[in-house]
Amino acid sequence: MAFEDYEPVIGLEVHCELKTATKLFCGCPTTFGNEANTQVCPVCLGLPGTLPVMNGKAVEFAVKIGHSLNCSIADYSKMDRKNYYYPDLPKAYQVSQYDKPLNYGGHLDIVTKEGTKRIGVTRAHLEEDAGKLVHAGGKSGRLDSSDYSLADYNRGGIPLVEIVSEPDIRSSEEAHAYLTALKSILLYIDVSDCNMEEGSLRCDANVSIRKKGTEKFGTRTEIKNMNSFKFVKQAIEYEIKRQAAVLDKGERVIQESRLWDVTENKTKSMRSKEEAHDYRYFPEPDLVPIILDKAYVQKLKAELPELPGAKRTRFEKDYGLTAYDAGVLTAEQELAQWFEVGAKVTKNPKGFANWMMGDMAAQMKEQEKELKDLKFDQKKLAELVDLVDAETINSKQAKEVFLELFNEGASPAEVVKTKGMAQVSDPKAIEAAVDKVLAENPNVVVDYKGGKQGVIGFLVGKVMQASQGKANPKMVNEIIKKKLDS
Amino acid sequence: MALSEKDVQYVAKLARLEVTEQEVAKYTQQLGNILGYIEEMSKLDTSNVEPLTHPLDMKNVFREDVVKPSLTQNEVLSNGPEVQGGHFKVPKIM
Amino acid sequence: MELYQKTIHEIAADLKAKKVSSVELTKATMAHLKAVEPKVQSFITVTEEAALAQAAEADKRLASGNDVTPLTGVPLGIKDLLCTKGVQTTCASKMLEGFKPPYNATVVERLNAAGAIMVGKTNMDEFAMGSSTESSYYQKTKNPWNLSCVPGGSSGGSASCVSADQAFASLGSDTGGSIRQPAALCGIVGLKPTYGRVSRYGLIAFASSLDQIGPMTKDVEDCALMMNAIAGHDPKDSTSADVAVPDYTTEMKKSIKGLKIGIPKEFFPEGMNPEVTEATKKAIEQLKSLGAEVHEISLPHSPYSLAAYYVLAPSEASSNLARYDGVRYGLRVPGENIVEMYSKTRAAGFGPEVKRRIMLGTYALSSGYYDAYYLKALKVRRLIKQDYDQAFAKVDIIVTPTVPNPAFKFGEKTDNPLTMYLEDIFTISINIAGLPALSLPCGISKTDLPIGLQMIGKPFDEATLLKAAYAYEQSTDWHKRKPTLKES
Repeated sequence: MAFEDYEPVIGLEVHCELKTATKLFCGCPTTFGNEANTQVCPVCLGLPGTLPVMNGKAVEFAVKIGHSLNCSIADYSKMDRKNYYYPDLPKAYQVSQYDKPLNYGGHLDIVTKEGTKRIGVTRAHLEEDAGKLVHAGGKSGRLDSSDYSLADYNRGGIPLVEIVSEPDIRSSEEAHAYLTALKSILLYIDVSDCNMEEGSLRCDANVSIRKKGTEKFGTRTEIKNMNSFKFVKQAIEYEIKRQAAVLDKGERVIQESRLWDVTENKTKSMRSKEEAHDYRYFPEPDLVPIILDKAYVQKLKAELPELPGAKRTRFEKDYGLTAYDAGVLTAEQELAQWFEVGAKVTKNPKGFANWMMGDMAAQMKEQEKELKDLKFDQKKLAELVDLVDAETINSKQAKEVFLELFNEGASPAEVVKTKGMAQVSDPKAIEAAVDKVLAENPNVVVDYKGGKQGVIGFLVGKVMQASQGKANPKMVNEIIKKKLDS
Repeated sequence: MALSEKDVQYVAKLARLEVTEQEVAKYTQQLGNILGYIEEMSKLDTSNVEPLTHPLDMKNVFREDVVKPSLTQNEVLSNGPEVQGGHFKVPKIM
Repeated sequence: MELYQKTIHEIAADLKAKKVSSVELTKATMAHLKAVEPKVQSFITVTEEAALAQAAEADKRLASGNDVTPLTGVPLGIKDLLCTKGVQTTCASKMLEGFKPPYNATVVERLNAAGAIMVGKTNMDEFAMGSSTESSYYQKTKNPWNLSCVPGGSSGGSASCVSADQAFASLGSDTGGSIRQPAALCGIVGLKPTYGRVSRYGLIAFASSLDQIGPMTKDVEDCALMMNAIAGHDPKDSTSADVAVPDYTTEMKKSIKGLKIGIPKEFFPEGMNPEVTEATKKAIEQLKSLGAEVHEISLPHSPYSLAAYYVLAPSEASSNLARYDGVRYGLRVPGENIVEMYSKTRAAGFGPEVKRRIMLGTYALSSGYYDAYYLKALKVRRLIKQDYDQAFAKVDIIVTPTVPNPAFKFGEKTDNPLTMYLEDIFTISINIAGLPALSLPCGISKTDLPIGLQMIGKPFDEATLLKAAYAYEQSTDWHKRKPTLKES
């Protein structure tokens, strides 16, 4: 059986840390990166006798996530205890949601080379995060070779929303697109920092393969420890190939958890996993059910900003942008908003967009500047677009002017005026320059007449040089052609 | 649903309780008796009865998202059986 | 009468009238406590120094006359599963030997705010699992009425210290009868409030949907005074009810003429101890003579309450006690790896009854058994509650014996766990339904052991319970009888 005969079936579980000020069940702060065990209280330490009290803001954020993923919001929802032993879990149970999650039955649309595809979202539920373990002693400071571990409970109790996709994803590209779209949405609705390095966004992938055309799911493995979208893509690709190789040998895929190893670029089995956990879920008796008022749920939906997908569609329609361009500009909300201000003051939104995605993006990256650091506003960039469209300056000159705009915040019209850059579009002047260049380069003329049409570029270049770049290149090209063809 | 020694061993493992062979035998007998008594409940027809998780009919208890003081690191670690560098130390996990 | 033999309301008057200072009172109480303690063994920890410091503070309040409550300057005992900041809190288990919580339970904060004095932490069954206090890791508490008998459990030490006048009152906890049964066996008053009436924050959990903290006192008026101090909503406890707290002494002294009393026929089974039956019936007659109307009622599902309880309570307990794993506090027995550490620590730290219940609960919640056991028990719970709801549509309170028999001898019920569980047969359905109930003395057996009467009330209607109890109490003198600390 060849690799192409298998169809991958992928589901993604994303854990999103909410950027509430305090933890889910107590008033400890959620700030990242402070000294160990300094953001802990009796409740999140799980001291005997302590009790949880639900953070209302976390519920609000969770419902907003549900709305933004087109989920149904549960009429009746409750928390459950998920019981297991691990040293990062202070109560030896995690308060999560089992059978009555806050959000269920939603979807997310992604755009890939093949077009738009809808990925189902099974559920998005609320739960508390565990603490952090550092594995020490032993050879590599990694879990499987350490002598001991150290526990820090600062992170314990931070609110998480676990977003589970349907197994609708069929490739690593789709997985990447799903994650990118999801992250964009979460940032738009401002519920999380979505920072994978800091752990405020985590992803596990469930991967299986099956013969193309069959309906039955193959055995799936769970891939963990992927710290970036790039690694998710790589890990999925590796795992698909690995499982195909296993099946090709006539063996069976083992249902297990596997870790992505960034040094060896492989997924590896997490040995030591005994039998599957029996979590003994039961309703959390220290908390009461969540039965949200419909008006409140609607109010939260109304408070959502325009989401990336809707904005993208609108940009395509209102500003004539391509799907790709609209996608780039709406990836981040601030960028989209910046663009939209500009699109309203320019006569050429498409041109404006091109400048943003081209020279502006390049300079921002090179100089490590963000939107808030820019020395110019949309009106000034629009000015530049207008100058080019009016053919007052040519594209090469425009790049020069742009640098002034970016570095100094100078008005493009002023720059053109001060530097006398206005394009020369006077036919008589250009003809004179062309005549001179043709006379100075007789061999090239012969080549052209002999069939080498391409040399016209060289001649245009020479005219541009002679005019200190000010000649209207289009016109130069036309006039040279006219003279040579006559 | 008779309780076997194997069941007791499984449950002891789930509950992280080390048990000796004698204890397994003793607990199997005692727990078996208790479960036998509990079986009384199966006589009741509860097919149309909703479970009651809380005696009180409460819902929607929330608190404001306002930071409150945490314990100091020393207080957190004060009852720790083994601590190191501001952390709780535990033996190897794998 | 010695100072320490008085009730709270009596001593409060003395303190207010400056007939005695809190320091004098505390010293006298402490001296008696220590004199009697070798016989009774009520306390795991005695906090003499701290008590005297608290007494000095109380005296300042009493002197200024500002901020004085009936509990200001009064020595109390606190069951050792309530967290007391900086003071050892063990739950009578080896697992928490030396554990000093960095915070106070809400009820302890409230008692401190009222100016009460804590004389020590009282003995109990380990993690509140038991009906005799025999499972305590530390010591056996004796019944002051007969030192070869148990004081009941799990709040055995809280009951014995009040009965023996080592404290004016105490706080206990009740999950299946753990306040009421020891109160009955030791001849004192014990009240389990409505679920949610008193904050559970700082109560080391046994079964979260059943546990409540309540007062154990020498008489009904003292019980009302304690309730005034501890009841009320707590934002730290999500299951704490936001219901106003009345002054429980207001209704208390009113007549019970016309009060409707229900007697459930299921609570007088065959083979009951005839002395208990007789004492209960006499008490019901007494209530009638005070103007109450007696109605027969039925609680048809109550025979299933023990079975439901022994699924619900151990299941919740198995989860609540999972945190005792040797990582962050409490006992740690070293191991080669973490699983070994967990297993050895928990094997060494817990006694057999606790282990039995953890395993029972783990089993009931485990995959494949949840529906048959835990879910089934939750449904039976609704049926039991419905029985009470229907009964309370017809009557104001329900009266039953508290326990099937008076105090039993040490070792009498420890061989077969089931015989111990049957102690709770009259008290357990009340926790399942979340109702308030109290026990007060209604007789003394031929062998000089107290007999208790149970009164069950409507949710948040502790006031009616206290009224009925007060009327009965004042028309008898059971509450004036004192134990002699004899052995037999």
